[in-house]
This record gives sequence, structure tokens and C-alpha cells, in this order.
Amino acid sequence: MADDPSAGGPGGGPGTLEPTPGGERDWLRFRDDPAPDEPAVTLDTFLDQSNAVSVLIEAGDDVRRLAPVLDRVRLVEIDFPKFRDGRGFSSARILREMGYKGEIKAIGDVLVDLIYFMRRCGFDSFAPNVPLDRADVESVLNRYPHVYQHAAADDVPIWQLRHG
Amino acid sequence: MYKYDQYDQAMVDARVEDFRDQTRRRLEGKMTDDQFKPLRLKNGLYLQLHAYMLRVAIPYGTLNSRQLRKLAHIARTYDRGYGHFTTRQNLQYHWIKLEQAPDILAELAEVEMHCIQTSGESIRNISADHYAGAAADEIMDPRPWAETLRQMTTFMPEFSYLPRKFKIAVIAAKEDRAAMRWHDFGLRIVKNDAGEIGFEVYPGGGMGRTPFIAYKSSDFVPQHQIFSYLQAVLRVWNRNARRDNIHKQRMKILVHELGEEEFTRQVEEEFQHILTLGTDFPQAEYERIAAYFTPPPFETGLPDEIDRSDPDFAVWVDQQVAPHKAPGYAIANISLKPIQGIGGDMTAEQMEVVADLAERYSFDELRVAHTQNLVLPHVRKADLYAIWQALREAGLADANLDLVTDIIACPGLDYCTLANARSIPVAQKIAERFADLDRQKDLGELKIKISGCINACGHHHAGHIGILGVDRKGTENYQLLLGGSGDEETSQAKITGPGFDEAGIVDAVERAVERYREIREPGERFLDTYRRVGMDGFKEAIYG
Amino acid sequence: MKILTGNDLKTGSVVWWDGEGWSLHVEDAVDAGDRAEAIMAREEAECRVNGPYAIDGEKTAEGVRPAHIKDRIRALGPTVRPDLTLKPADPNAGNWVI
Repeated sequence: MADDPSAGGPGGGPGTLEPTPGGERDWLRFRDDPAPDEPAVTLDTFLDQSNAVSVLIEAGDDVRRLAPVLDRVRLVEIDFPKFRDGRGFSSARILREMGYKGEIKAIGDVLVDLIYFMRRCGFDSFAPNVPLDRADVESVLNRYPHVYQHAAADDVPIWQLRHG
Repeated sequence: MYKYDQYDQAMVDARVEDFRDQTRRRLEGKMTDDQFKPLRLKNGLYLQLHAYMLRVAIPYGTLNSRQLRKLAHIARTYDRGYGHFTTRQNLQYHWIKLEQAPDILAELAEVEMHCIQTSGESIRNISADHYAGAAADEIMDPRPWAETLRQMTTFMPEFSYLPRKFKIAVIAAKEDRAAMRWHDFGLRIVKNDAGEIGFEVYPGGGMGRTPFIAYKSSDFVPQHQIFSYLQAVLRVWNRNARRDNIHKQRMKILVHELGEEEFTRQVEEEFQHILTLGTDFPQAEYERIAAYFTPPPFETGLPDEIDRSDPDFAVWVDQQVAPHKAPGYAIANISLKPIQGIGGDMTAEQMEVVADLAERYSFDELRVAHTQNLVLPHVRKADLYAIWQALREAGLADANLDLVTDIIACPGLDYCTLANARSIPVAQKIAERFADLDRQKDLGELKIKISGCINACGHHHAGHIGILGVDRKGTENYQLLLGGSGDEETSQAKITGPGFDEAGIVDAVERAVERYREIREPGERFLDTYRRVGMDGFKEAIYG
Repeated sequence: MKILTGNDLKTGSVVWWDGEGWSLHVEDAVDAGDRAEAIMAREEAECRVNGPYAIDGEKTAEGVRPAHIKDRIRALGPTVRPDLTLKPADPNAGNWVI
């Protein structure tokens, strides 16, 4: 399907890039579970409020502070104040390394050319300030047939393909 | 040398299409220049003073004849008949059209070349000793490691937008011919007492407006853990560097602000964590890559004597030829510093001559040095005369390697939007002043390095004599520096005092050089004399 | 006078605002006066120029000359390669640049 950004992806097996079927506003969400609708609170607030489930990670925040409360996190929104600020890439990957399985949403200045790399770092939903062109998203996500190294997504690196 | 397999080729081909798509969106107005700029920079495309500029990666400075012929073809077809070799062993074209850039990338991909990560806030082309695989003093060829790291650092998702650029150099000899400690991440391959291979790691170096020489953070990272260590360094920097001031975002600034000890501690902690993730490549992958770098089939029983009966040839041999590890072979350096020329520039025709020489005499291999010269790494001594004759025919037989006219200069204000002053005319005037070869040889090793602005692409911080162009109220002005070095005894040059105009800087250089000649002790190079007497020994001679 | 310059989006060539469009020749540059910002915003939005900026210029007998050395070099070409400038046949063409 021409308007389906899910086909293929970064070395991923079936389903790794499947968007949620449904309405137009969900096509940048790559998860099957219902989207949490509780608004995200800042990291300090989240650590103080034991019933909060959605947390906002700002660019300078240390996501490792979530380690003790990780089991109650259902949504992490990672903010990109400007697209050239790459701290959020490390935040997402570290969350996945910590074993977090819930949603990681990229918000803010998210440009289409970044989302392939964001997917590889463990982001699985996107809510950019400026709407993305769906055809561009599709082509960007499907551009590269392989990856050279491990990241958060379970892509198989080229060296592993070479050596079986 | 390394050869792409289906995977490498598929990745480079995909990058061509990726950039074609990005270029299309820019030309259609779907992106602003602010948005396009970081994307084009990650593919080495700048907007320079007169046109776009495209920087082509030459990984660890190694090329074959087919690749150099392709570079010549591109120079002729898409540019204005020449290219410029850079201080990072790359080649750049100065007259590129945006609409043709994707086609150039497609041409490059045909010969296993690309422009990936040659600019922008990315992990840049990895540099290495240009004598790798030929030098008598290396413990192994460093290029298999450079190639392995090249692949592993291509499109690293976590480091899609690093705070600034990140430069890696790999050497495997005691002598440092790659200015390793002026890099963000310098690696020296070493053997420990048990005979195992590993890396001495030197993070936090860099030139630019705030120069720092890299410090040693580890004496020995085992070879199979080097990618984890590199990721740890990158992650500590990516998470903790400032993002509010582009001039303070290089890793050297973070190292300086945290202190070496604290930076090392954080890296070690992250390193121990990353090791548990199992992201290192296996030894089998290193060995697969290393197999491409097995030494060529050197002949044995070759004569070690060089027929020096032609005196002009003998002069060239004395200056341009370095010892090779295989008996009967030599390393031949090709000067790209003709007295009235532009350092590092090479015409398409000259590229083709050198490609032929590499194919015929050097196992189809050549190297680009960070000093903006070329190297034929593996030539039979018996072939040197024929090589010299062909080079002379092509205007490439200057005999000034490491002498006062072998000047590194950035493109400067003649080409570069960042520059404050022109570099090339200053280099030309100094070269003319010292053109006499006997005088040059009498002065011995003397490395002059000229940058047209504080970004220091011309490595002025590492010059025995450095020159920095600045803008003084709308006119070009030049500061003089003394005492820098990019070799194994790395040092940072210091400013002598007030600056000079264009004519004045040439005179000032000559006064410094003449002062050296007066006070040198037997066997001392300019740099040795400077280190002995210090700035005070030169200041009066320079300023009177 | 205030003159406007930038680069052509497709070719990268240095261009100058001539009152109606973008010329390769600095001699065609016109005073943009207080319309500079509006012209640049419109032209960049329409992709007719890349990275435009306003600079001081001076009208001389030979034509308009930019005030700063950087734009003087941009106007003609590299001082070290007269053969690659806009006036390769005229060895004196660059006398005013430096």
C-alpha cells in the first residue's frame, strides 16, 4: 500500500514497524496496545506522584532516575526542543536497556529524516510539532536495507548476517 | 585494500537514494535551508563562497587507481577540472551544483566511495597513518581497525545528532604521522606483556578556537571491547555536553570542564554497562576485514641500491622517499606543494597520471596524507626513476617533503564562508621567499601550517610555525605562532605577539627562520631550537 | 547603499538582487533600501535564492562594489585562480577586490 509506512524497516522482522490500524492521527504510533491518555508530567513531578503513569523527559533529564519506578511507567514522552539536540536519542536507548517495554513518544521538533534513527533507538510513537508528510515517512523508514550495529530495536547487524 | 560486499554496497546505494530524496524535497521547497543544512552536511555538502562544495570520504586515506580515476572523472564532468585534498585525508570539490550532487554520489558508489559523515555533527571519516602497511616501525597495519570502526560508526542511531563533530584517528607505530592526539578520539594499537593486541585511548583532543591535546584515558582496552569503549565515550559526551553554545560543544570542552579524572570515571562506568549489552563485533568480523589488508606479494631478492647518477633524481629521492619494511621496496611521497601552486590541489589529468603509477608500480594502492600530499606506499626501488620521470612530466616532482615550502593551508577566504583571511596567497608568498632548494634543505624539517580562521582547518596550532588569519576591522591580518607539533611529542603552538599584514607575515616568518639559523645547535630542527630557547629566544628577532 | 546577495539554490552560484531577480554580476545590484527584509523573505520562501543577506555596498564609476572583502571575493571568484573567476580573460579584473 502506497500510504503504509510499515513495510520493511531497519532490518526488522514482520510487525516491528506496524502502525496501529485506524484513524489518521494514529499512523505514527507503532504499537498495538491502547494509547495512554493521561497527560505526561515532568520527571521530578512523576517521581513525587506515585500514581502518575506518563512522564515527560526533557533534553537535559537523566532517564536513569526512573529505574526504581519503571514498573509504573506506561508512557515516556521525550522532548526535542530543537531537532539538532540529540540527547533524546540516548534517553530512549537507555530506557530500552533498562528493560522498559512501554511507549516512548518523540515530541517537539521532530523532522521526518530523524524518525528512522529514532525507531532504531526505541521510539515507537511520534507527535511532531509540525505534521509529517506520510509518503516521506514511508520512504524514510524503508530507505536502508541493513544496519551496521546493534541499537535498541532488534535489528540484526550486518556483521551478524555475514557470520550467520 | 578493503572491498565492499553486497551489504556495504547496499548501504552506500541506499544513501545515494536517501540524499536524492532529501535534495528533491529541498528543491521542491518542502524543507527550509535551516532544515536541509544538517542533512546535506551529514553528506559532506557545504554551501561555500562561490558554489556548493562536496567532500568525499577517503577512509584512512587509502585509494586505488580505479577510485582516483573516478575522482578525476567527477572533477572534469561536474566540477572545474580539479579537486582539493584536505587535512583529513579527504578530497573536496569546490564548484558543485546541488542538483547534480546525487548523481555524483551515484558515480562514487560505483567505485565503493561515498560522502557519508564527512561533515556536520557526526563521526567523521577515520584517519590513519598514511604509511600504514608499509612503515618499518608499525606493530601492525592499523587500517583493518579503522575500517571496522568505519562500518560500526556508520549511521549510529543513538548518535544521530551529536553535540558537534567527532574525529577518530588510528595509528600503530611509535612515530605519530597522523596527529593522533589532535583528535577527539585517538587510538594507538599496542601489544601488552602477554602479547595481546589492544588500544591506548586518547580522548578529548581537537583544534578549533579552544585547542586541547588529547589525554590518555586508558593504557589498554582489549581489542574486542573497543567498540563498547567508543560507545561509552560518545554516550557520556552526547548526554552531558552543552547544547546552548556551538563553540563549547566539542568533547574536548566537556573533558576540560569535568576534568580528565571525572571524565574517565564516567566513561569507565558507562563502558562496564555497555559491555553487558553484547554490542561488540566478534573477532571473526575483524579477521574478515583484516584479510583484505594482508601485505601485497612483495618480491624477494630485489636490489636495495638506487641508481643516483641523475643528480635531479637524487635530490628527489633524498627528500621524498621513505624506508619500507620490505627489502628492495620504498615509500614514495608525491608533493602537492609546487612553489607557485595551491597546496593540495590536483588536476584531473594529474590524478590520472598518479592512478596509472599506482596501478603499475604500487600494487594499485595510494594514500592521501593529512599534510595534503600523496603517497605511493609500495614501490620497488628499481622503479623509482621511472616514477620520478612520470611525476616530473606531470608537474608533481617537487622535492620539498617536510621542508619549509611543504605548507599546510586551508582554502581560506578564497573559497570558504567561515574564513576571515586568505590562506593560499600567504602560503604562496612564503614558498616563493624560500623557493631555493639549498636554502630549504639547510633549514631542514620545518612545518608551516596556515588557517584562515580560528576553526583551524589548516592546523596552525600544530605548526612548528603556525599562521592564523583574522579579520581586523575589515582587513586581513595574520597572527604568528611558534612551537606546535602533531607528532608523538604533540605540542600546541603559542602566539608570538601582535599580528601582521600579508607582506608583514612573510617577513616575520623569515625573521623567525633566520633567528633559528643563527642560534641552532648541530642537529637541531627549528622545533628543537624553539623548545630549547622558548619564545623569548625568538621574540626580539621577530619584532625588533 | 544596501545590496542583497545570496546563492542560487540549484547551482550555488553567487547572485545579487537586481530589482527584478537575481543576477550573477555585482554590477547589476541595486539599492534595496528598507525593502531588504521583505524581498529576502519573499525570495527565499519561493526558493529563488538560498541564504540571502543584506550588505553595505558602494556605487563607483566601475559599478557597485561590496564593502567587505568577503563579498568582494564572492563577487568575482577566488583571487588565486583568475582563470576561474567571472572575468577570466581580464587579468586586471580583480584589482578592486583586495
